[in-house]
Amino acid sequence: MTLSTIIPLAYLVSAVLFILGIKRLGHPETAAGGNRLAGLGMLLAIIGTLLDQQILEFTWIIAGLAAGGLIGLVMAKTVKMTAMPEMVAIFNGFGGAASGMVAVGEYLRIIGTSGAPSVDSGVSIMVGTLIGSVTLSGSFIAYGKLKGIISGNAISNPIVRLLAILMALITVGAAVYLIGFETSLPIFWGLIAASLILGVLVVIPIGGADMPVVVALLNSYSGLAAAAAGFVLGNNALIISGALVGASGLILTSIMCRAMNRSLSNVLFSAFGSTAASGGGRGADGDKVAAEIGAEDSAMVLGYASQVVFVPGYGLAVAQAQHKIRELADMLTARGVNVRYCVHPVAGRMPGHMNVLLAEANVPYEQLCEPEDVNPDMENIDVAVVVGANDVVNPLARDDASSPIAGMPIIETDRAKICIVIKRSLSVGYAGIDNPLFYMPNNRMFFGDAADALAQIAEEVKQL
Amino acid sequence: MTGTLLVGLYVFVLAMFIGFELITKVPPTLHTPLMSGSNAISGISIVGALLVTGGAGDSALMRWIGLAALVLATINVVGGFLVTDRMLQMFKSKDAKPS
Repeated sequence: MTLSTIIPLAYLVSAVLFILGIKRLGHPETAAGGNRLAGLGMLLAIIGTLLDQQILEFTWIIAGLAAGGLIGLVMAKTVKMTAMPEMVAIFNGFGGAASGMVAVGEYLRIIGTSGAPSVDSGVSIMVGTLIGSVTLSGSFIAYGKLKGIISGNAISNPIVRLLAILMALITVGAAVYLIGFETSLPIFWGLIAASLILGVLVVIPIGGADMPVVVALLNSYSGLAAAAAGFVLGNNALIISGALVGASGLILTSIMCRAMNRSLSNVLFSAFGSTAASGGGRGADGDKVAAEIGAEDSAMVLGYASQVVFVPGYGLAVAQAQHKIRELADMLTARGVNVRYCVHPVAGRMPGHMNVLLAEANVPYEQLCEPEDVNPDMENIDVAVVVGANDVVNPLARDDASSPIAGMPIIETDRAKICIVIKRSLSVGYAGIDNPLFYMPNNRMFFGDAADALAQIAEEVKQL
Repeated sequence: MTGTLLVGLYVFVLAMFIGFELITKVPPTLHTPLMSGSNAISGISIVGALLVTGGAGDSALMRWIGLAALVLATINVVGGFLVTDRMLQMFKSKDAKPS
């Protein structure tokens, strides 16, 4: 066998390893092994590529691998679990940028040697450059929004939308010109600039609450960019891996949208949460009174309950209270209380984020459950404790067809015997609507920081 | 359309289907590791980056573009796999604990 057979076979094996790896990611027990299998596939692909005779020079390659490897290692080891969404966002951007630059490099190579690319490779190059650039700049905006550097508010402005359409037209026009008429470097750079601006403009209007959807979508784009780079190079390993990641991101995007009962176009274009919602005033209005509860009483109802469900939301992550909630849950478990955690799919800031935070705090996997598991027998739950969540427990989603969140799957803690909501104030959540749960007779508000509140309750449980 | 492009499209579409099949089976609990793991896989463009860097010849511009792509792709690959591993160890450690 010659190298020209061995290298593609190596790519085939690594594609198989990626598929098996993702398959194993589907179960908590095999997931770590699956991830390593995929890593092995990547190593194989890299070694296979290094055997390629097109590669004449290794100094720069070694420098690049060493620098990138070191930065990646440090980032992976030091990142806080609460900052995972930011990290994934920035990695999406890097992946997209790398794929885009591969397309750019190939374009330069073709112009330098044969003059003009064929229509086929021209299309691949333009698509790869476009997706890569949009992924890069879009991911950095998403990173900025998640990190709070850029306002998380949905910026709904017709000028932004108009500019985005203009940039899209410029990009497409430039691509058609470059493929159909002549090769021109200045126009090519212009296409890259327009795509980068386009990436900024499509993510800027999206509100902070919708970031999980955006991160998932950009994840998909980074895969599609890799697939496009695969078309550019005629390399099936890139096409397969890119398609797998593209599919993964799309599925997660659609799961997120479904969990919010909204369509993708609604998330991308409607600037949710920026407009004052109709129906239901903002915050506490008029005669409605939310009953309060203190640490001692909370400890009493929790300590003598038999079924308790915790509903953690993003407020828990902000307060870094995942360890405190587990300590309280452990004390209750020790008293014979059956404790579960019910995690809404959009809790946290990326798909599955809350589960990672709870896992970090050593919450047993068996105690984690989904809304479908808890809702049917909510009547038998003695106490539901909502920590730093709001819209995902808003009964309006179920009861009021005119509500902006109507039809969104919720955790129906209003049907529990007692519901305790730990929250800083009565203020509205991301959706910008009042939550009638707070004023229900079986609901008690515990105002304060999630970590403080949980620590106070735990202290009182100790005294029981 | 040439044969290479057609074959590429076949491979792409079929791989998308495999992806859909595999990923719908992943439970929501594991969505974050799935995302960072698949993100690391999208770093496969490291292959392209290696080819651009190593085959740049005398073109300084190509070499710099290749190097930048290589560094970013390597960060994506190494960081992505390691951080996914770190997360999955947290999921795993508790499976051993209750016994």
